[in-house]
Amino acid sequence: MVFEFPNFVPALAEIFVLTMACVVLIVDLFLTERNRVITYLLSQATLLGAAVLTVSLHNNSTELTFSGGFIRDGMGDVLKVFIYLVVAVVFLYSREYLVVRKLFKGEFFVLGLFAVLGMMVMVSGHSLLTIYLGLELLSLSLYAMVAMHRDSMPASEAAMKYFILGAIASGMLLYGMSLIYGATGSLDIGVIADTLRMSPGDDMVLLLGLTFIIVALAFKLGAVPFHMWIPDVYHGAPTPVTLFIGSAPKIAAFAMVMRLLVDGLGPLHVQWQDMLVILAALSIVAGSVIAIAQRNLKRMLAYSTIAHVGFLLLGILAGTENGYAGAMFYVLVYALMTLGAFGMILMLSRAGFEADEIEDFKGLNERSPWFAFVMLILMFSMAGVPPFVGFYAKLAVLQAVIDAGLVWLAVLAVLSAVIGAFYYLRIVKYMYFDKPGDESALQSNFDMRATISANGLLILGLGIYPSGLMALCVTVLR
Amino acid sequence: MIALSDFLILGALLFCISLAGIFLNRKNLLILLMAIELMLLAVNINFVAFSHYLGDTAGQVFVFFILTVAAAEAAIGLAILIVLFRNRRTINVGQIDSLKG
Repeated sequence: MVFEFPNFVPALAEIFVLTMACVVLIVDLFLTERNRVITYLLSQATLLGAAVLTVSLHNNSTELTFSGGFIRDGMGDVLKVFIYLVVAVVFLYSREYLVVRKLFKGEFFVLGLFAVLGMMVMVSGHSLLTIYLGLELLSLSLYAMVAMHRDSMPASEAAMKYFILGAIASGMLLYGMSLIYGATGSLDIGVIADTLRMSPGDDMVLLLGLTFIIVALAFKLGAVPFHMWIPDVYHGAPTPVTLFIGSAPKIAAFAMVMRLLVDGLGPLHVQWQDMLVILAALSIVAGSVIAIAQRNLKRMLAYSTIAHVGFLLLGILAGTENGYAGAMFYVLVYALMTLGAFGMILMLSRAGFEADEIEDFKGLNERSPWFAFVMLILMFSMAGVPPFVGFYAKLAVLQAVIDAGLVWLAVLAVLSAVIGAFYYLRIVKYMYFDKPGDESALQSNFDMRATISANGLLILGLGIYPSGLMALCVTVLR
Repeated sequence: MIALSDFLILGALLFCISLAGIFLNRKNLLILLMAIELMLLAVNINFVAFSHYLGDTAGQVFVFFILTVAAAEAAIGLAILIVLFRNRRTINVGQIDSLKG
């Protein structure tokens, strides 16, 4: 038995985040309530350092290490950099909200960093074991974050529901993985793909395993009919945690789908395409229709997430390089739009007042024309109105679906998007044509105002020049 | 000699029992947590059986990781259960229904 020393260089960013998360955990113990901002700054520095490491290690080749269990490639690097960016903005948006509600504790940032580490491992996992461990590290951190507001009844209930449904999904994923392992004889994604390419994929064990894995992925992504937890968790969790759950983990979930279904089970594309068609069609229709009935903005955005997940699946199920690039573009844009929308809720909230009802946005134009305009950009982009980036994201996945010959699905998606536009535009109507309930001016820090403005302008800018990001997605997936 | 299929049937049965425990149980959250543990153990049986019959140790390594993660998961689940009980004074599944819509 020869012990081969693994090459640690491709995993340097992960090692750095792990070390820093432990450092933050210990440093936080010695801080008083007044100095807590040091924890926040250290967390931001960690994300910045990890971004520098990832960018400096980036090249166009693919490196495998840890006996093939870990991969560093272009797609992984781009997704990781976006994860750091999104989480840094989440921390920034959350700070004031947490301070006002006396929730500004080290736990939020430490758990957040461990969740980032979990997402990084998921993005870089190249064996069933690494993918599972990354997923669990992410999920366990998120369960604890949802329950962080200990005295809140909805938060504890949401945490319990999230935990149980998440654990069932993990169990399903493991069962599927065990069957795939039995059928192919390996845990390594590359070996699994090679074995499947040799033998025709009509083995019953293999198909059963594939079905379990698809169910688990649908649970984690929140696709109908496995979406039950999304509205409750989004509604019950404290808004910063909702913001966290809604943004970065979707990027990691996209990477997990790519690694498992495309890299690993790619030869079974014909079989999983049909399953994803059903999931995508149901998600788009149900998400768009049920959102109309919601009065709570967090719940409405939860159903909008379900519809967006459906569009994301459209790109993946097409099974072409353009489809994958479209799906990647969609998930990155979606994360940016979600950041902005929940960021607006956080900005409008004050001590003892959650701005999470749709009515709370009434007359925002009279209170602050600029931020009403930013919200207008975000809503138009989510609805998919042309000059904004959400339109190009939808266009990219729809083109891929039409190229794959599923015209009926594209027509269904467009019709649902038109229905869905109603509830986004309703918010715009409330902001511009209704009288405000309270006339007080918005109060928030300068960094929050600056970042949310930049967030809105980025959506507008990417809408005018979408080709740069799109070209990046196409390049790294080739 | 016990055949591979016998182990797989045992694993599938345990998995079904745990699913039934999760979906039929309307009384107690603790039973739900136990059912989740059972689900992971059913998967372990699958992995060990496949690993033995394939002559490949990777499956058994996976089992050790699952056991560790299951312990961490149980710890977090029980912690959330305690938070919930302090707020609601009940762990009855049927009464955890304040979030709707």
